[in-house]
Amino acid sequence: MEEQFPIIIIAVPLIAALLITALWWFDKRVCLPISIVAGLTSLVASVGLLLQVLSVGILEYRLGGWAPPFGIVYRIDHLNSLIIVAVSLVSLLNLIGSRTIVEKEFQEKVGAFYALYLLFTAGLLGILMTGDAFNLYVLLEIASLTGYALIGLGRRRAPLSGLNYLFMGTIGASLYLLGVGYLYLMTGSLNMADIAQILPTILPSKVIVLAFILCLSGLFIKMALFPLHGWLPNAYTYSPSVVSSLVAPLTTKVMIYAMFRVMLTIFSIDFSLNSVALRLPILWLAIAAIVMGSIMALAQKRLKKMLAFIVVAEVGYMVGGFWLGNRAGMSGAVLHIINDAAMTLCVFMAAGAIVYKTEDDRLSSLKGVFRTMPVSMTAMVVGGLSLIGVPPTCGFFSKWYLISGGMAAGHYGFVAALLFSSLVNTVLFFRLFEIGYFEPFPSGHAHEQQGHTDARNHSSSIAEAPLDVLVPLVATAVLVIVLGIYSGEIVARVIQFAIPAVIG
Amino acid sequence: MEALGSLILAKYNYWAVIALLLIGLYAMITKKNLVKKIIGMNIFQTAIILFYVSIGSKKGATIPIITHGHGDASHAVHSVEYINPLPHVLMLTAIVVSVATLGVALALAMKVYSQYGTLEEDEIREKIMESEPV
Amino acid sequence: MRALGLATVFCFGAILFYISFDFPGWGDENSPASQHVSPYYIEHTMDDTSVPNIVTAILADYRGYDTLFETAVIFSAGLACFFLLRIPERQAPPARFYRHLATGITFRIEKGGRLPEDTDEFERIDSVWVPYDVIIGMTCRLVVPFIQLFALYVIAHGHHSPGGGFQGGVIFGAAIILFAISNNLRRTLKRMSEKTSALLGSLGVLIYAGTGILCMVLGAGFLNYSALASLLGVDPVSARSHGILIVEIGVGIAVTAVMVWIYYNLSSAGRQDEGL
Repeated sequence: MEEQFPIIIIAVPLIAALLITALWWFDKRVCLPISIVAGLTSLVASVGLLLQVLSVGILEYRLGGWAPPFGIVYRIDHLNSLIIVAVSLVSLLNLIGSRTIVEKEFQEKVGAFYALYLLFTAGLLGILMTGDAFNLYVLLEIASLTGYALIGLGRRRAPLSGLNYLFMGTIGASLYLLGVGYLYLMTGSLNMADIAQILPTILPSKVIVLAFILCLSGLFIKMALFPLHGWLPNAYTYSPSVVSSLVAPLTTKVMIYAMFRVMLTIFSIDFSLNSVALRLPILWLAIAAIVMGSIMALAQKRLKKMLAFIVVAEVGYMVGGFWLGNRAGMSGAVLHIINDAAMTLCVFMAAGAIVYKTEDDRLSSLKGVFRTMPVSMTAMVVGGLSLIGVPPTCGFFSKWYLISGGMAAGHYGFVAALLFSSLVNTVLFFRLFEIGYFEPFPSGHAHEQQGHTDARNHSSSIAEAPLDVLVPLVATAVLVIVLGIYSGEIVARVIQFAIPAVIG
Repeated sequence: MEALGSLILAKYNYWAVIALLLIGLYAMITKKNLVKKIIGMNIFQTAIILFYVSIGSKKGATIPIITHGHGDASHAVHSVEYINPLPHVLMLTAIVVSVATLGVALALAMKVYSQYGTLEEDEIREKIMESEPV
Repeated sequence: MRALGLATVFCFGAILFYISFDFPGWGDENSPASQHVSPYYIEHTMDDTSVPNIVTAILADYRGYDTLFETAVIFSAGLACFFLLRIPERQAPPARFYRHLATGITFRIEKGGRLPEDTDEFERIDSVWVPYDVIIGMTCRLVVPFIQLFALYVIAHGHHSPGGGFQGGVIFGAAIILFAISNNLRRTLKRMSEKTSALLGSLGVLIYAGTGILCMVLGAGFLNYSALASLLGVDPVSARSHGILIVEIGVGIAVTAVMVWIYYNLSSAGRQDEGL
């Protein structure tokens, strides 16, 4: 049983998606229970897998029983086993809180929604585990395709932003595929470890350098690194709340993992950082992403769009951390993948709960929301403090590692960008808290307009989101703090083995 | 001159791929019509399929189906006699993916059309400006 | 925008062109791609899987896991089109059109009204496009069974000739779509409802994934068909050959059903009432 964990993690959501599509025509109530059981199984198996990796080290799972260069293998090490747990946990928490909003937004299409949701999760989990360059493309496409569909069914500009995402995403995936094609042309292999063994014999080669650049630029589009982030803000703003709280914490982080995997396992860390003169340009891109993402977040008047631009800035954090090229920076980046998944989930879920009640995500319409929705706003405060980087929330610790990595690398531009972004996040969230907490009601005005019709907006009444939304939301907020408390443990027990030993 | 001729013969497949890639990319960047963009996207994907398939070719080799299949076990199979089957397998996958992407793209385009009544990007942008003056 | 596009395209093209001089020549049998992994497939497929068509063997066995997710991609495309486009039937169309079969006169019935669906006197027709061509309708009806037969052949004979689940499934789906184009959507829906196509689509992928799980339950790894040997009563190599056939059938069912499902939603803009 234990040796089958890698496949259970991914096959269970896949089969559950198929069952939902079939059974949903007979009974609409089965969708959510099946999905939750599948998500839970996946989570249990991924925790089991992490424990297994911690005790025995790197695992390999041969699909179809074929040895590596000929068949596809799953390779699980400290790096991906940790992120697998994070992804399945985020997906499950969001799933538990989805019922009310999904029934309201999708009505007759609940079955299709949950099936796409599980297929999306399965695709992401597969990307994390696979040790085959082409298999990664297939899984990338399944995660993207379901993502386009989920985003496209939002309101207002959602179909258009979904289509734009599709265009950009397809170019990104195709560039990655072209890069893999170049690698295959020069090495004759698709297995990551095998390619890595062959590469030193044919280096230096211009084709390999171009293959590296193509793979990276494809993944940069997919992860929305500035200036290729054009698709992200609208896609995350107009998608349904449940979808944005699924896609925003996961997609960009998994793509960043894929970038690290390409750097680490296919091309070797030495080639990636030293042989190609890309380290500084990409670091500056990361800095631009942090600065521009923060500035553009300041300019937004809508809550979800503001959060979407924060995601753009966070991508810069992690990409920069990996390309600093030292142990502290890389540990910080891996830790930030986990932490950012948790805190992005926290703020997007809180935003989802607020939008569900207020039906309007303009910042100006959030007046007094602290009083009407105390629990959701408390979670928003926790998530916001973590994005700012206030201890003991988890955001502080990964930012600490990143900053010390920047110091160690002597790259003060990156350090300055991080501090600038923390400052901007402070402004952003305290503005939000101020609107929600301190700003008085437009009392007379509101009463005149709708006081006689109904009193639901009365200042003292609590109009909190339903309990099944709040429970996972509170759990996520607690998770954000717990992750912060155990940050040191996570780094010492898991992440330090995930970083290659050559990195000093 | 002869060297140039042999160079062209050895590389013209890649150049055809590059030409197709560029046509697709150009259409995706400059065209305002969403369906033309979708067509550009398809050309882009097809170019990559062509690239892989041309990697698989071998001079003088035949399709990768073993002719003396069953019943003639003593017949040795030499890899030079058959073209490389792996790129064909990979591209079967890529074709399926591009068909799937096309389907979803068309569905999204239909939704956009039913929402705005047009597929021209600049007209859509005008309508968005009218309806959402935030 | 045009200048920017041209500049991007030009730079990209120049880099790709410059690099292409370092590629191995076209059709070079000594290129790395032909030297490293692929000779193993060509020389060992018969011994490993007992399938003469190497492409089929790699597709469904050596890289069978890719193919499972490829089928899942197609399935999610069908699901995505349904999710995005399907409009519940409660919203009646603005008007329905009927033709009196004996006289050929067309009736227009305003919103809400309808004639009984199964009468011999009237036939419902589409408002935008009226396919009223006996020759085309009859010819396609006659051709469809043969296309379907050929599709089954392509699926079943994928071990020995070019073909397999995807190709056969697409041909089978195309036959149904041909019927829908030449007759009309409602008549096709009566023969193969949307529910059927959705169920068949998930059944197809389930056959594939279920085979993988079955191998796992029988003690080997996921999708390791040699584990089916004890169940099928053959040696492990033939078991791989049979396993490939099973998953190809699953793929065929899934692709057929999903192609038809996508067509239903795209051709009628999700209303599944009127359409090509």
